[in-house]
Amino acid sequence: MLKIKRVPTVVSNYQKDEAADESVGCGRNCLGACCINGARLPLYACKNLEKSREKIVVSHEAEEPPVAFLESLVLGEWEDRFQRGLFRYDVTACETKVIPGKYGFVAQLNEGRHLKKRPTEFRVDKVLQSFDGSKFNFTKVGQEELLFQFEAGEDGQVQFFPCMPLDPENSFSVVAINVSPIEYGHVLLIPRVLDCLPQRIDHKSLLLAVHMAAEAANPYFRLGYNSLGAFATINHLHFQAYYLAMPFPLERAPTKKMVTTVSGVKISELLNYPVRSLLFEGGSSMQDLSDTVSDACVCLQNDNIPFNILIADCGRQIFVMPQCYAEKQALGEVSPEVLETQVNPAVWEISGHMVLKRKEDYEGASEENAWRLLAEASLSEERFKEVNTLIFEAIGCSDQEEDLEGTIVHLQIPNGGVVNQKSNRIHGGPITNGTTSECIVLQ
Amino acid sequence: MSLAEESSDSVFTEKEEEEESFNRRYTLWIKEALDELPHNFTITDPFLSGHPIVFASLGFLKMTGYSRAEVIGRNGKFFQGPKTNRRSIMEIREAIREERSVQVSLLNYRKSGSPFWMLFHMIPVFGRDDGKVINFVAVQVPISGRDHHHRKLTSVGDDVSSLDHSELVFGSCRREVCFGNFVQHQDHRALPVECDDDEQGLEDWEYCEASESEKLRAAEAINNVLSVLTRYSELSGRLVCGKRCCLRGVDCLSSSLVISLGRIKQSFVLTNPCIPDMPIIYASDAFLTLTGYKRHEVLGQNCRFLSGVDTDSSVLYEMKECILKGQSCTVQILNYSNRKDKSTFWNLLHISPVRNASGKTAYFVGVQVEASCRNTESKELRPETKQLSVVGAVRVAVRSSFMVTC
Repeated sequence: MLKIKRVPTVVSNYQKDEAADESVGCGRNCLGACCINGARLPLYACKNLEKSREKIVVSHEAEEPPVAFLESLVLGEWEDRFQRGLFRYDVTACETKVIPGKYGFVAQLNEGRHLKKRPTEFRVDKVLQSFDGSKFNFTKVGQEELLFQFEAGEDGQVQFFPCMPLDPENSFSVVAINVSPIEYGHVLLIPRVLDCLPQRIDHKSLLLAVHMAAEAANPYFRLGYNSLGAFATINHLHFQAYYLAMPFPLERAPTKKMVTTVSGVKISELLNYPVRSLLFEGGSSMQDLSDTVSDACVCLQNDNIPFNILIADCGRQIFVMPQCYAEKQALGEVSPEVLETQVNPAVWEISGHMVLKRKEDYEGASEENAWRLLAEASLSEERFKEVNTLIFEAIGCSDQEEDLEGTIVHLQIPNGGVVNQKSNRIHGGPITNGTTSECIVLQ
Repeated sequence: MSLAEESSDSVFTEKEEEEESFNRRYTLWIKEALDELPHNFTITDPFLSGHPIVFASLGFLKMTGYSRAEVIGRNGKFFQGPKTNRRSIMEIREAIREERSVQVSLLNYRKSGSPFWMLFHMIPVFGRDDGKVINFVAVQVPISGRDHHHRKLTSVGDDVSSLDHSELVFGSCRREVCFGNFVQHQDHRALPVECDDDEQGLEDWEYCEASESEKLRAAEAINNVLSVLTRYSELSGRLVCGKRCCLRGVDCLSSSLVISLGRIKQSFVLTNPCIPDMPIIYASDAFLTLTGYKRHEVLGQNCRFLSGVDTDSSVLYEMKECILKGQSCTVQILNYSNRKDKSTFWNLLHISPVRNASGKTAYFVGVQVEASCRNTESKELRPETKQLSVVGAVRVAVRSSFMVTC
């Protein structure tokens, strides 16, 4: 069993030390059966992506679109909590800068984000772990930390209900504040909160997250996900999101196409970026794109490979970043200087937004340092190739031939025979790994 | 329901405001001079809401098939379409945000709907006296793609020295073909197996490299346009130049901040507490509509011009106290408009300090809601939420715009 010690980020005012956590009784206005009666929150039911496809296709813009409804709701509610003092610190008072360099990594000096407490142990060798109700989870947050309910609507129009009761019978998803924000507007999307799903990707939940990105209609509003072992703090399914009005270095990296799936999803690898990553885009529908990414993530989860996800460009680009930093840390393989910064390379760090807790790290922040830190999280070239093979097998890839500087490479799959694309969803069971990159061409 | 759909009848029609700002800077005669240039180009104004085109050359109109009236007031995105490369769009957006030049191949669509590739070369034009971006000039050189060269896919890491911000090298021209394939060799021409360069296939090209001569033509066109702009700005006394000659003034907002603020469709102002008498440095279109003033009448003024005889001075005092303490507050205050009927209105005003990326308070934002207009329609956000959302959007815009390295 591999473990590391780190100080968990506090995302809710009701989150206590794991060790000291007790099942607290009522009076805290939580989401438990004790308090949920009569609770109400605004409900935002977004446009069904399929039914409003034309809208998404048309809104290609070099300029930011006008502030959309969802954005107003998020920002308005967030500002309300901000002025009510629900956050542990004023994130806008934290100095932040763009590090000079090719990529424009963003560094922030945030001494208040990290608790000055003793680090707790985290098991890092299991990406799939069962939900543990005795630990902190999002049913224990105070209702004041919830901003609104969010669901994928049925028709092509947005529906908004300013005061909808929370119905425990009807599994609802919520958007909550992150009381230790990285940036202004930092929220958590918690799909089907009362279902107490553990931190793992499933098709429905990822699709909900993609809906939110599309609905926000702002390329600077991204959603992120950390698997267990890739610095998720809480084992209760959640995504994070915030606004940063500039491109992330990850989004700037050049890409090279690898394959296109039968449903038209294009998968590329990032070139010249410290963390080897995949970019998924296209597809004949957003659901196709989302489902393909889910297939890939389920494969990673089943193979116990920690990873992060960044949903960018209004849900049109989804990055998947497998990583191994925690494993390296547990094995004592991370360089001491990098460890000293106490920066955990989670989704935002890998995307290029580095939150630094020590002034000297902030003053001395350079593209080189950022690169060196992130590179520790990356899989090696070989391991990345292996993982890609697993992923392509899991999602089924087309027999499109790829040009790579004069050579033609056929991508093949080892199990011979025909695989029906539609039913090719691998949810469980081991996948043989250790294969080479030889696969058989799909007919 | 998008808040952008709220009605906001501008004091000017869009066309008037575009023409007026352009003429004031360059005089009326510039249009003739620009029309004499053979190039395809557009000029945009980042200080107008939506960053619209304020001038389009005859060549541009011919290339795209639109009339002048159909183009003036449009944003550049109007010519993009579903197959326009999203990375290129991002690069252009970033160049605008960072107020620098960019050269990138771009797929655009004509009025007929047919796509074409062109080399898009854009530069900022600065005011000589205040260092502010006055316009962006974009030149469009159509590239045929017939004589494209195939090159080794260049990644950003290779040959860093030859890359600068204004040049993007994505690599060779690639086709995503449905059937058949390319056999690519370094420095050879492509040998398409099936479909030839008809316009159907064009859309699926990932990228289309412009030739050296096409790039030179773009640079030449940019210089010519810039010369004309410089010359005519001398006539009006409000000079422009191609490089920022002085540091941007303290009360000078970056064009990217202005563009971001332009997305917010409610009434609000930004004031600068660091300058004596805390002048207004930004006013939204909706503010101008609400108060009946023109933009040049309010910029540089303290907000007190909205107060009058019957405005409660204790409320004004309360506001002043909050500002001194750096706190937010909401007050109900009687304001005097400059609308035709010179009516007064009750303004539910919320003010809040706004920090920039350094963490220090850079501005105060004031968000006005006309009290009689409180909409209690159930399908909309509560008025309080709407008002606070303006504050939030301003915070995001201010914080991000100050992070740009120059």
